[in-house]
This record gives sequence, C-alpha cells and structure tokens, in this order.
Amino acid sequence: MIDQLAYYLTFAFVRNALIVGLLTSLSAALLGVVLVPKRLSYLGDGLSHVAFGALAIATALKLTNQTVLVLPITVLMAVVLLSAGQNARIKGDAAIAMLSVSALSVGYLLFNLFPPTGGNISGDVCTTLFGATSILTLTQMQVWQSVGLSALVVLLFVFTYHRLFAVTFDENFARATGTNARAYNVFIAIVIATVVVLAMELVGSLLISALLIFPAISAMGLFKSFRAVVLGAAAFGVVCALIGILSSILLGTPVGATIVVADIAGYFLSVLINLVRRRVG
Amino acid sequence: MAQLICDHVTLGYDGRAVISDLSFSVRAGDYLCIVGENGSGKTTLMKAILQLQAPLSGTIQTGDGLNRHAIGYLPQQSQQQRDFPASVREIVLSGCLNSSGLSPFYSKAQKERAHRNMVRLGIDGLARQAYRELSGGQQQRVLLARALCAANHMLLLDEPATGLDPTITEELYALIRSLNDEGMTIVMISHDVQHALREASHILHLGKAQFFGTTQAYLLSPVGSAYANGQAVGA
Repeated sequence: MIDQLAYYLTFAFVRNALIVGLLTSLSAALLGVVLVPKRLSYLGDGLSHVAFGALAIATALKLTNQTVLVLPITVLMAVVLLSAGQNARIKGDAAIAMLSVSALSVGYLLFNLFPPTGGNISGDVCTTLFGATSILTLTQMQVWQSVGLSALVVLLFVFTYHRLFAVTFDENFARATGTNARAYNVFIAIVIATVVVLAMELVGSLLISALLIFPAISAMGLFKSFRAVVLGAAAFGVVCALIGILSSILLGTPVGATIVVADIAGYFLSVLINLVRRRVG
Repeated sequence: MAQLICDHVTLGYDGRAVISDLSFSVRAGDYLCIVGENGSGKTTLMKAILQLQAPLSGTIQTGDGLNRHAIGYLPQQSQQQRDFPASVREIVLSGCLNSSGLSPFYSKAQKERAHRNMVRLGIDGLARQAYRELSGGQQQRVLLARALCAANHMLLLDEPATGLDPTITEELYALIRSLNDEGMTIVMISHDVQHALREASHILHLGKAQFFGTTQAYLLSPVGSAYANGQAVGA
C-alpha cells in the first residue's frame, strides 16, 4: 500500500491535489473556530450555495477564469448576510435560507439553459455540488491561486487573532473598548466567502460546511483554551483532509465525500476521547 | 469637572423615545446606581454611555481624564458566552485590547496588568481553567477582571448579581465596594433597591418620574420613598 501511494505521489496532479486539499482544509478549520461559537455555522452552507449559483452564471457567460466572477459575488453576499444576521436573528436566518435555495435553483436552471461546452449537464452539476474528481484535474494556475489565498487567510488570522477572539467572545465589550467590531465582521465575511470559493473545487458546494464545522466542534470538546482550540481544529482539519485524499486515491472513491467521511470519523473519535477522559478523570 | 456628563439626552429606537431629556453627571469616586422598572431604559442608557447606540438628541461626554474607550464594562452574560471555549487568562487579557494601539500582540505590560487583576479578584489560580467550567460567581469575577483591565477610572456594571446566590452576591458587592474605596468610580444598573440604597452615593431613577441626586435626597423624594418602600414590602 505504501508502495502504491509512493507511486501515485510521483504524479504532479496528485501532489497538487494534496497541497490544495490540505491548505483549504486548514483555512476552513481556522474559520470554523470563529463561526461555530458565534452561532453562524449555517452561514458557510448558505454561502456555498451562493457560490454554486455564481459558478452557474460564470459557466453561462463562458468565462475561462470563473473565480473572477464567483469570488466577488460570494464575498458580497457574505457581507450582506452577516449584517442582516446582526439586525434581527430570525430575519437573518430566513434571509440565508431564501438566498441559498434561490441560488441553488437559479444555478441549476442556468446550467440547463446554457450547458457548458462539451460537457454533460448532470455530470457537471454533480461535480460542482459534490466535488467529484475535479480536484485531480487542477490547473497550475488554480493551485497557485489556492496557495496564495490560503496563505493570506492564515496570515490575516495570525495578525488579527486577539481582536478576532475579543469580537467573537463579546462583541459589545469589544466595541465599547474601541475595537471596530463591524469592520471585523465584514472582514470575517470576506474571508469566509474566500474559503468557501476555494473549498468548492475540493469538496463541492454541498459538502463545504463539513470542513468548517467538524474541526471546530471536535476541538471545542477537547480543549480548554481558545488557542488550543484553534491549533487543535487546524490539526484536525489537515489530518482528516490528508487521510481523506489518500484514501480516495487508494480506494478510487470521490475525493470530497471521502474527506467528509474522515471528518465525521474524527468527530466521533473526539467524542470517544472525551467520554474516556471523563470516566478516567 | 465630572467624569461622565449626560446633557439633555433622549434615547430610543426608531425615533420612539424610551428616555426623554435626561441630564446627570458622575464625578470621580462616585457610586451611582441606576434603578427603575423593566423597560424604563436602563440598558439603553448603558449602551449609549458605551457608544453602542447613538442618542436621538443631547450629548454624552466624558471628562476629567476619562477616555470613553477606557470604561470597564461588565455585561450581562449571554448563553453564547457561557459555553465559549476560552481559558480565564485569555478572557481577562482581552480587556487589555484598548491599550494595544495597532499592535497585533499583547505586550509584557498588558500581560502583567491582566495578572495583577486576576490576583486582585482571587482568580489567578484559575488562569488556565476553561471559562465554561467555572461557577456563575467565578465567571462573574473573570468578566470583572476583564473590565478592570480595560478601566482606569470607571466601571459600568449591568445587573452584576443576576443569577448568583445570596452569599456570592454579597461577596461580589463587597468586592465592588472595595474597588470604589480604592477610587474607582462605579456606575451600576441594579434591580436590587435595598443594595442600591445601602451602597450607592448617588441614585438615578428612570421611568415615568425621573430622579437624579444623592441617596439621602432620593429617600426623601416622593419617587424614591415610594419605590424603596414598595420594593421592601414586595420583597
């Protein structure tokens, strides 16, 4: 099995898939730590549907670099949704549900009206929704794009870490003591949208939430300090992505779904560790 | 010169006033309790003081060396905070952010300040503990230590005794008393009138009849004697 893996790793497309997969999972896991305690887990899901709709538009317009259109639309919607959610909880909730289902249906409609050149519709839609094998056909351009964006997410996270913590833990206190919480919320929205667009190539738009939420939830159960939760979630995300991608290569299963299954298994492992620790301690 | 001056302030939402034409001032070392029925605008006033909400008219200003962003705020806890994954030390440190400027990291001085305040409130032994695993009284001390990190001269406390048992409540009141004795100005929203009358130097009563003045004057006023007695009988 090791030999087989080593053989596969000699191919550039496999190495590319690994690089993009691990970096995307890392960024998503970091963001999850902000989203889950803020009770915004559903935001990632809503945005992934928006990104699907935007991708359908980009396909209809026959753009060669679809990210140019998909990223701005998703960022814009993230900012709108996050500010709607602040004004009234229920209204924001409904707004996200409405927007995501609209994006999904309009997107599917567009795929049918303007089918991608040379592709079959159901295959393309399936790929966009579930990731399928698109991660193994990444262009060099896409790899660099994803490396750059992930590096940016990690750097921004490191440099705004303490303020992100303050705004996440207690927005009113942070604002009262002079932190521009609104700006940080917009910043969080932009970064989430970026990661969602990144992750769409990896696991497909229906499965993105898993990359955001499982690492954070698992680490929150295991660790006592925010810093340990952040590091734990990052490690969890990367390890699960690694296991998922390698298994999918060896077993020939769809990449996205395999990564998510690895995340689910990791989550149950963390629950088990917690149970054992409570028994012993 | 007063530390906090509210000048003919009207507060409310969507153009509807909750508090009309309110004027009062707080001087260094004062212990002001804000009392009044539910819906009389106590929390709205607190938000306005903290600049979380703009007044419909009038002005709220700080003076006497008090920076508006250096008011130590002790909020009522939300459920979201109660199960937030963070250590005691991380939360207390976050009170120091208003002295960070543009620096992305905490300085040594800020870490020492956080440590001093944890020692002051007797929670330094809990520094590495998870906040969500603490008792209600301990959590309140953590948030008070965070407020002290942010505050140089004034603490703003929003019903700090909510959800605490009587012994812990008395301990908390004694702690606030000693902070006031050391020179910290206290502004507290309270529904506990007996405590307010016992501890406060000044009372601000919100509602249909507004009152602002010393505690003695409040007891002699019609609104004050009615509210104090009503509460005493009710309790």
